[in-house]
Amino acid sequence: MTTLDCLGQRCPLPVIALARAIPTVGVGDTVTVLADDPAAANDIAAWCRMKGQRLVEADGTRFTVRRIS
Amino acid sequence: MEYTGDHAGAGTYLDAATAAPLHPVAREALLAALDDGWADPDRVYASGRRARRLLEAAQAAAAESLGVRPDELSFWPSGTAAVHAAVLGGLAGRERAGRMLVHSAIEHSAVLHCAAWHGAAAEVGVDRQGRLDLDAWHRAVAADGIALAALISASHEAGTVQPVAAAAEAAERAGVPLYTDAAQSVGRMPVPPGWALLTASAHKWGGPPGVGLLVVRKGARWRSPYPGDDRHRPQAPGAPNLAAVVAAAASLRAVRAEAATEGVRLSALVGRIRERVAATVPDVEIVGDPVERLPHLVTFSCLYVDGEALLHALDRAGFAVSSGSSCTASTLRPSHVLAAMGVLSHGNVRVSLHRGTTEADVERFLAVLPGVVRDIRAEAGL
Repeated sequence: MTTLDCLGQRCPLPVIALARAIPTVGVGDTVTVLADDPAAANDIAAWCRMKGQRLVEADGTRFTVRRIS
Repeated sequence: MEYTGDHAGAGTYLDAATAAPLHPVAREALLAALDDGWADPDRVYASGRRARRLLEAAQAAAAESLGVRPDELSFWPSGTAAVHAAVLGGLAGRERAGRMLVHSAIEHSAVLHCAAWHGAAAEVGVDRQGRLDLDAWHRAVAADGIALAALISASHEAGTVQPVAAAAEAAERAGVPLYTDAAQSVGRMPVPPGWALLTASAHKWGGPPGVGLLVVRKGARWRSPYPGDDRHRPQAPGAPNLAAVVAAAASLRAVRAEAATEGVRLSALVGRIRERVAATVPDVEIVGDPVERLPHLVTFSCLYVDGEALLHALDRAGFAVSSGSSCTASTLRPSHVLAAMGVLSHGNVRVSLHRGTTEADVERFLAVLPGVVRDIRAEAGL
């Protein structure tokens, strides 16, 4: 499991970090992003929808995405 | 003092949804009324009576444009002032029925600020296209203690036209008056039926800034939320900016006359932008309903792009657009409209056209945009 500490980073940086990390994990594995930008919750969910990945956890500043393709 | 600043029209202005360039009819009327309408229309001497006649003529013309009675319409010092008067006055007038304001999640921030100020409000969501969830709306307006319901006529950010008539019908069945903020649609689309209160803003249709319109239909309850004014009929406190009011009414009539042809022309250009941006910019999300939308406005979000960087790069390339991205907002929060829709909020651009926008302007924008987005992504290492 990969965890990206993007606390203090402004959007779109957490989403860029997530996009870079996903290809480095196997299909079925997860990437967790820690992000406190107010746009992160919305934009990480939107990225998953646009890129066909699955948001499995969104809890405050902690977002976990499963690579499904 | 001599004014020697740059002409505001320099470059290509694509932000009519914030403020449309002054319509030539507005300019002409403004200049004429400056000479004729400086007196206080509440005074009985000759110059006051002349000012009164101008005000009443403007009121009659604006009322005719909106299909309402002149005594239902009042002018306010801005679109925002009219919104505040509509929401707070609508709530005050219904105090005995309840305290609660029901509003959509995609109202203009002026409505949301009123809701926060009032302190008793319930929000109704929208779908991914930015259209009101009518089922949730039905439930919300049928609850106990609802004083007023507010629904924007068409989203100022996504462009999606709202089901105002159906929402008004649901509200009426529950005995709740509907307020509609029609700032983006007045002068461009027909006024929907069923509402009790409506507001509009002159500089959105090419009138001068600093003129808001409030319509309170006969039978609708409204009480001034401001001090020192117990008039049963809405009227802004203080002397009106009569020249601007006259220009607003004259230009509204002019844009209404042009609306059918301009609507078709601008809507085709917006359709072209929607298609071409989707085809030429990778990883882009075009926002809002592709069909049931305002004729002049389109919004899209570019993945991995900083909205502020995009705005500045487009400005350097000579294009004025706006953005709902958090980094471009004074609050550092993403647009509440984009968040309510659940669409991407960073890298966001809103393009809105006006009667001066040419096909060549749009083509130049479409030619420049892909390279601008590519350069910003390359700088981020993508």
